[in-house]
Amino acid sequence: MVRVRVLFFALLREKAKCSEVEWTLPSAATVGDLWEAVQAAHPPLAPLAGVVSFAVNREYSDRGRVLHDGDEVALIPPVSGG
Amino acid sequence: MFAIVSEPIDAVHVAAAVSRPDAGAIVTFLGTTRDHNDGRRVTRLEYEAYPEMAEAEMRRIGAEACARWPVAAVAIVHRVGVVPVGEASVVIAVAAAHRGPAFEACRFAIDRLKEVVPIWKKEHFEGGEVWIGSQTGQVFPAGRSAPETGGR
Repeated sequence: MVRVRVLFFALLREKAKCSEVEWTLPSAATVGDLWEAVQAAHPPLAPLAGVVSFAVNREYSDRGRVLHDGDEVALIPPVSGG
Repeated sequence: MFAIVSEPIDAVHVAAAVSRPDAGAIVTFLGTTRDHNDGRRVTRLEYEAYPEMAEAEMRRIGAEACARWPVAAVAIVHRVGVVPVGEASVVIAVAAAHRGPAFEACRFAIDRLKEVVPIWKKEHFEGGEVWIGSQTGQVFPAGRSAPETGGR
């Protein structure tokens, strides 16, 4: 099992009604697996599935990346700084 | 200087951070809250960031600018929280020996910031509020050009 910290921002944070949560996943789970599990637990996030990006330990990451114990995973809606 | 701050940004302070004897040009860019957007009367913008990653990405933009142009130093400061109309949400300063590269690198820095730095703006307007960008389907890294919305 791997235990990761999941961070929600902006519209995702509002729809999930939380900014941070600990999540336990099977060994060798990927970012994509985590995202599927998070969506299942928070159905209001599903409409955003096509626009979400991911960061693992503060670096942009793709869905295929395998997670490790203690990873910090950020769910990143389209950015709009500036 | 690459920082996420919650107070008003002093642009002179950001420019001073890149000043050096061998630089004959310092270009600064301020992105400020505009009172209108897409036909709406904007009352304020509210910014949220993933601060640790945002600062790392801004530092990376500075390094990219220094690699692509002969510039001496880059500083980027972005504000979070409520930014009233007319106030700056972001200040970028670029120092170079000559003005041409300084202008180009500064333009690159703000364009790149809008594409990749994990910061989000919520527009509060008369009659509602909206997270800018989240309705457009834009996604990193496919969305190379940010929508022309919100405070510039």
